[in-house]
Amino acid sequence: MTADDLHEFTLVVNGRPRELRVPARRLLSDALRHDLGLTGTHVGCEHGVCGCCTVLLDGEPVRSCLAFAVSVAGHEVTTVEGLAGPDGTLHPVQQAFAECHGLQCGFCTPGFVMAVCGLLADQPEPTEEQALEGISGNLCRCTGYQNILRAVHRAAELLAEQGDRP
Amino acid sequence: MKPPPFTYHAPTTVEEAVDVLAEVGEDGKVLAGGQSLIPLLNFRLAAPEHLVDVNGIGALDRIALDDDVVRVSAGVRHARLERHQAVYAACPLLRQALVHVAHPVVRNRGTVCGSIAHADPAGELTAVLVLLDGTVHLAAQRAGQLARRDVPGSDFFRGVFEADVGADELVEAVTFPRLPARAGSAFVEVARRHGDYAVCGAGATVQLDERGRIAAARLAFISVGPVPVAVDLTELLAGAAPARVRLEAVAEQARAAVRPGSDLHASAEYRRHLAGVLAARALQEAVADARDRRDRRREP
Amino acid sequence: MTTRLFGEGIARREDPRLLRGEGRYLDDLGSDALEVAFVRSPHAHARITDIDVADALDVDGLVALYVHEDLPARLREPLPLLIPHPALTQPRTACCLADAVVRHVGEPVAMVVATDRYVAEDAAERIDVTYEPLEPVVGLDAAARGAARVHDDVPGNVAAALVQEVGDVDAALAQAPHTLDLALEIERSASTPLEARGVYARWDADDGTLRVYSSTQTPTSVRFAVAAKLGLPAEKVECVAPDVGGGFGVKIMHPWAEEILVPWAARLLGRPVKWTEDRVEHFVAATHERAQTHDITVGFDDDGRILGLDVRFRHDNGAYVPYGLIVPIITATQLPGPYKLGAYRVAFESLYSTTCPVTPYRGAGRPQACFAMERTVDAIAARLERDRAAVRAANLIAPDEMPYDIGLVFQDGRPAIYDSGDFPATLAKVRELIGWDDFPRLKAEAAAEGRRLGIGLACYVEGTGVGPYEGGHVHVETSGRVNVYTGLSSQGQGHATVFAQIVATELGVPLDDVHVTTGDTRRFPYAVGTFASRAAVMSGSAIALAARKVRAKALRIAAEALEANPDDLEISEGIVRVKGSPGDAIPLKAVAVLSNPLRYAFDESARAATQFALPASEDRPPIADDDEPGLEGRDYYSPLRSTFANGMHAAVVETDPDTAEVRILRYAVVHDCGPLINPRIVEGQIHGGVAQGIAGALYERMAYDEAGQLTNASFMDFLMPYATEIPAIAIDHLETPSPLNPLGIKGAGEAGVIPVSAALAAAIEDAEGIPIHRMPLSPDELHALRARAGGEAS
Repeated sequence: MTADDLHEFTLVVNGRPRELRVPARRLLSDALRHDLGLTGTHVGCEHGVCGCCTVLLDGEPVRSCLAFAVSVAGHEVTTVEGLAGPDGTLHPVQQAFAECHGLQCGFCTPGFVMAVCGLLADQPEPTEEQALEGISGNLCRCTGYQNILRAVHRAAELLAEQGDRP
Repeated sequence: MKPPPFTYHAPTTVEEAVDVLAEVGEDGKVLAGGQSLIPLLNFRLAAPEHLVDVNGIGALDRIALDDDVVRVSAGVRHARLERHQAVYAACPLLRQALVHVAHPVVRNRGTVCGSIAHADPAGELTAVLVLLDGTVHLAAQRAGQLARRDVPGSDFFRGVFEADVGADELVEAVTFPRLPARAGSAFVEVARRHGDYAVCGAGATVQLDERGRIAAARLAFISVGPVPVAVDLTELLAGAAPARVRLEAVAEQARAAVRPGSDLHASAEYRRHLAGVLAARALQEAVADARDRRDRRREP
Repeated sequence: MTTRLFGEGIARREDPRLLRGEGRYLDDLGSDALEVAFVRSPHAHARITDIDVADALDVDGLVALYVHEDLPARLREPLPLLIPHPALTQPRTACCLADAVVRHVGEPVAMVVATDRYVAEDAAERIDVTYEPLEPVVGLDAAARGAARVHDDVPGNVAAALVQEVGDVDAALAQAPHTLDLALEIERSASTPLEARGVYARWDADDGTLRVYSSTQTPTSVRFAVAAKLGLPAEKVECVAPDVGGGFGVKIMHPWAEEILVPWAARLLGRPVKWTEDRVEHFVAATHERAQTHDITVGFDDDGRILGLDVRFRHDNGAYVPYGLIVPIITATQLPGPYKLGAYRVAFESLYSTTCPVTPYRGAGRPQACFAMERTVDAIAARLERDRAAVRAANLIAPDEMPYDIGLVFQDGRPAIYDSGDFPATLAKVRELIGWDDFPRLKAEAAAEGRRLGIGLACYVEGTGVGPYEGGHVHVETSGRVNVYTGLSSQGQGHATVFAQIVATELGVPLDDVHVTTGDTRRFPYAVGTFASRAAVMSGSAIALAARKVRAKALRIAAEALEANPDDLEISEGIVRVKGSPGDAIPLKAVAVLSNPLRYAFDESARAATQFALPASEDRPPIADDDEPGLEGRDYYSPLRSTFANGMHAAVVETDPDTAEVRILRYAVVHDCGPLINPRIVEGQIHGGVAQGIAGALYERMAYDEAGQLTNASFMDFLMPYATEIPAIAIDHLETPSPLNPLGIKGAGEAGVIPVSAALAAAIEDAEGIPIHRMPLSPDELHALRARAGGEAS
């Protein structure tokens, strides 16, 4: 069994074009983590249920374990590393998670943060039900979700204060 | 849990796609949203030698409405159809069912045509197709030419993960008829967790007459047989005032029609019971929906 | 003014890094490492007759592959029995790679090392193992029947049997006015952290050292185990737990076969090697817990006071018992809860089955114990037609009876003596929080609308902070930076925050100056591990003691410098001052300089400590005989016995009359873990525990079929709840301090999970009027119970 053919293409990751040379079967999650060194995107199940690997694809949250990197060639990907300011200042969604104790082990957190960014871009003032629906596809084993839900509303407040959009 | 190797094809037109499919035959598989296919690959439960990625075919990224139907092409994601206001007005059952498809993040990537082609007996959209008697539009290369054929929704599903689509065929689009005036629809389901595949799900369409009595009513169920189970209630209910409907008779007809199996999450007996419960609920919601739509139309 | 950070719900210091995606979990390390995949048994029980690797050898990118016979002698021997016990007469543990027989699906058979995980899986798939199937042994009934044996030489599949008795149970039952028999069951579940296991090892041939990274709850013990198995001096092995994405018990188990094989291969190949467990592997190849059946006889008087309790239970320990009898021993000893039982006898059998081995999962035998005890109390109330809270009140140990010796030997081998708690006060609080007294009105109103509501209550006592010890080291640098080290590791409990709060408070320094490192044997080699809700109690206490040592030393040195009496000094905001004379002060960092007499002025601050700068004393060496250089201190905390936290939960549920779905309308927790170091973190622990409890009560189970296949080994079918399944959780605290440790604290990590199945079973039973004796409970099962009850009624 010989090695896979390699595909060369570009992804725009966190605003920067990044060249990749990977097999077709390289999952987007693995390409981000292992080929581009962006290990903030985590992998918890590799079958699309846990949400740890959530990234924004052209601004919308998707599972990066359920996409081949080659299949999104030329598209824009935003990972958790792309949110904070250049000086490390937390993005309002990140800030809200810190303020509300919305994380414990932190493994699911980048996925939640990206899902919440997607949610708030769509619904800047989510109702309780919308907030719940927005995070309903991400598993957390530590927090019982109580403070994550609080963080969604707090993030909406912070974004409104900044007049910003995720 | 890494996918096995495959040869990757990225056609940019339908013609190119069907050419590749013709070439690779049984060894090929179409990749659209990938939300069902890629887990199978990651589990190594499937190992196609060729993947034909249709995400780069710009022409397939279309939702089109005309006087009769909503046409959804192969590149359209669940989320886009779900949010489409004109589609909701024309065919509310689509949104009513789509909100039950997994979670919002999955719907951002998964495609409508992909869900139907996958023919999962738990897939909500399979019931929608059958209930509305939509049409599946297939494309293939025949004798070097692009050839198309249409399959009525009610004939499309053949078994668990089996549908009337050849290895060399691409589900190019699906059309759903518009909901007529004085009609309503609903989709209800019971799932173990919000967003899971349903233990049992039911879609309903109801047609009211001018006096607000039931003229026709249909149900379709998921997760209670190898293919969606359609139940026509028209004979039972025609002419009945909605408030007078004997819901127990509706439930009984539903329970008699379904062919559920037992699995990890529910016994056949429980699924059959749920089919009855959900039949009544779906019917009531569809009647309410019909009245809502009538009332909204009456507003100036 | 002192810096009092103990007790403040401050934001966590680990969060900004984790939120920016800068956490470093196991698979984030070792980008240059070879990667490993395992061939694992697809059979529950089989003999391996042949392994053909020819096809795999063709895979481009394969580096090495190994089966049992390829391993050196020490690696062919069974893995260690971690916690021996005299009652564990038939201990059996697995080999690193299966030796001729496999005893559960998922048992490793062959190891593949390749350039990446994709290729490793390609090669693993091409290894052709021929199995001769043997009889599977699945479930406690089959295990107890003993018709088929998991281990040829273990008759009846009995690994151990143990009886403990306090008082004369037979006599008490004979004399009791009422008796009841119950059969109660809890099914299998598992910790299921979102980061599965992983091991990454680097061999440095130049100096003969091995560094092992493992996603573990006990790096110090992994280090010793790896050194022993590889025949290396411990001094040549380092073990680091990087950021760990949740543990919940499964990662206290060690050394995993993978934890031995990966370092071994790294050394053999002379290249870094990494194994990142995938989700399916984690389901079938890590460990599970919970499966037990309990037969109970209870005798009681007209007020519901328990006079005698006789419990016989069976524990399914799976294919091997590497972690000994800890789980059933905890069930046996925690079952009495907050009650005076009169006489109590508990007998258990621990049985082998051809399923995943069992090791502690958060709660560790306590959820089963609580379910058994609380369902029994509810049954007593039902029999007597008395209020369930009143029956509990009649049995509670009174606060003035503390310390209360329940007469049993706990999991640490020491007597189980409740040290603190006010159970009646806790009960009063939880009744208030859930609205117990007003519930009948609510229930009647709902019933009038055709809705079914029920309320339930469950109480527990939890032995926490078990020994033998933990240590802490506090070091003040001349920059003022305070380094804190402890050996146990963190999996999200906020140690970097709470230990810093303790040190900032004890030492009188700003929180921002304190930097905590856990789980790195290079920093602190002695530790036991993070389990049994012990980190805050054990390491927290040790760190507090170490900080007190540093403070005493700082005061002594500062007193000399300030020509004052140490008793007249205070430390605040990192500055040592003469009380009442704020001008007489010296920064702690200057004290750190003075603490280390120097020959060389390597930087500006060091000048003050050089030999011609300090006043020389002719009759005393620069470092006194009983002193050490540096402003640092190390201490250990080793308690006489465990400290016992307690709590009570209550729930209101609504059951759908048609679909039998259960919705939790209210959930209330009252919890007593003594003084709270950081209330936000404690509440977060409770939230997570309750969510895991709800998961175990209504959603999660390990569904083995008769052939021993785990039929739900994915997140699609193992129903870990999402946010949509977890209700709002109301929490109130009671803070009765423990007399056993310097901070008065008791453990909090596991508490949330313990009484949830009991409370929800009680609430569902109340809503439905059908006895609930088995959890978890799915809507399908509730529907079946209704049908059966309807059938019996008609």
